Amino acid sequence: MRSKKDKKPTILWFQGVTCNGNTHSFFNLTNLEQLLNHFEILYHPSQQSTLTFDAITDCKEEADIFIFEGAYDPSMKRNDVLISDILEYYAKHAKYIIGAGSCASFGGIFKASAPKRNSGLIFNEEKHYGPLLAYSQKVINLSGCPMHPEWMGYTLRMIANNQEIEVDELHRPIELYSNLAHHGCARNEYFEWKVDADNFGEKEGCLFYKQGCRAPMTHASCNKILWNEVSSKTRAGTPCFGCTEPGFPRLDFFTTKTNMSIPADVPLGISKRSYLTLSAIAKTFHIKRLEGKLIDYKKTH
Amino acid sequence: MSVGDFYNYFTSKDVLAKELIIYISEYLGKNIQKINESGLSTDKKIYEIVSMYFNMATEKPEMIEYFLRVYLSNREVFGDCCEGMICVSSFITEMMLFFDDGVESDELENQDFFSAFGLFMGYLGGMVFLFGEKILPEPLEEYKESISLNIYNALKKR
Repeated sequence: MRSKKDKKPTILWFQGVTCNGNTHSFFNLTNLEQLLNHFEILYHPSQQSTLTFDAITDCKEEADIFIFEGAYDPSMKRNDVLISDILEYYAKHAKYIIGAGSCASFGGIFKASAPKRNSGLIFNEEKHYGPLLAYSQKVINLSGCPMHPEWMGYTLRMIANNQEIEVDELHRPIELYSNLAHHGCARNEYFEWKVDADNFGEKEGCLFYKQGCRAPMTHASCNKILWNEVSSKTRAGTPCFGCTEPGFPRLDFFTTKTNMSIPADVPLGISKRSYLTLSAIAKTFHIKRLEGKLIDYKKTH
Repeated sequence: MSVGDFYNYFTSKDVLAKELIIYISEYLGKNIQKINESGLSTDKKIYEIVSMYFNMATEKPEMIEYFLRVYLSNREVFGDCCEGMICVSSFITEMMLFFDDGVESDELENQDFFSAFGLFMGYLGGMVFLFGEKILPEPLEEYKESISLNIYNALKKR
């Protein structure tokens, strides 16, 4: 056993069924080195660590913060040890358990590939289910495919400062996930007046009506805390895929499901009747400035 | 009411025209909302909407006449603050919800809204016009079932 003379909180980052996407995302955190100075990395698969993988799978160490990346597969073994045993051991001894990404949170992409077997740590989509249900109180889910690096940064900073992290019903930090991806979207004026983007990748137009955008019903702060500090999916012309929600992945990312031209899903918390009333009226107005390229309009008006 | 007194209630004839169409739209909308919330299957909802519309044409012909002969035929009167669907949004919204439910329940073919809306309301409008012109050999009541079935057959999922 290691001595407890080192006062820094310890982190153990372990992987289940994963594509490494959350690791890659986390390594893009602007102040990563500064942040990690507050912690001791006992183990990370892609980072220089205090302990070896063999030592980790021996299950004799303890970590304050146990980060799990990837979906849980009960039949999976790491170093010939059942992953369920590894999870049980470290969850029992940790103060915090962090589900990094949508696979660890709800099953995500790898649940979709084996829906009857794989799950998240304490959720299968939005249903309570998983190997760490007994430790639910410790679990913080950072859903996203991948999770935003700043969301992990925020969570670790809060832990380092002994600040309480309030979570929602899906165990996601409320401060990060009370926003919708729609908030801060640079295309909001087009959404207000129901002006569609007719083609994928256009700078102008709203992506909600034809291009499959899920931002008005997805809890995420992607358009408030920008990716790489500069952009987001919708700013780059890609619809939000709703990757932070338990139902992710849905089919047809680039198509809005409609019933007779009417969006099957409407913005969160708004009745379909209210939404259709408002949108039918808004669609009546033809605002020349929003119907073509903004640069072209500016040149001619 | 004297002629001048009219303007104490409506600032112009255009405003009166607008208020009338809003009233008719809300009347239709509220009735269709009840049908939408009835839990009936789509073919039965169609019958209820057709019945409601034909009953209105029989019992309150002035309302349908106004809608068909004034609102649709004199669009220039409704240009100010009543353009597009603004004044008929109560009615349009309920028709949208009707179609949305029909597709969601797998009963109606998923297609462009206006293709379906035009088929439904154009058909009803045509029948009411023929009724108003006294061309129909039978009372409007007699056509409810066959027209409902025709609309359902035209819109149902294939």
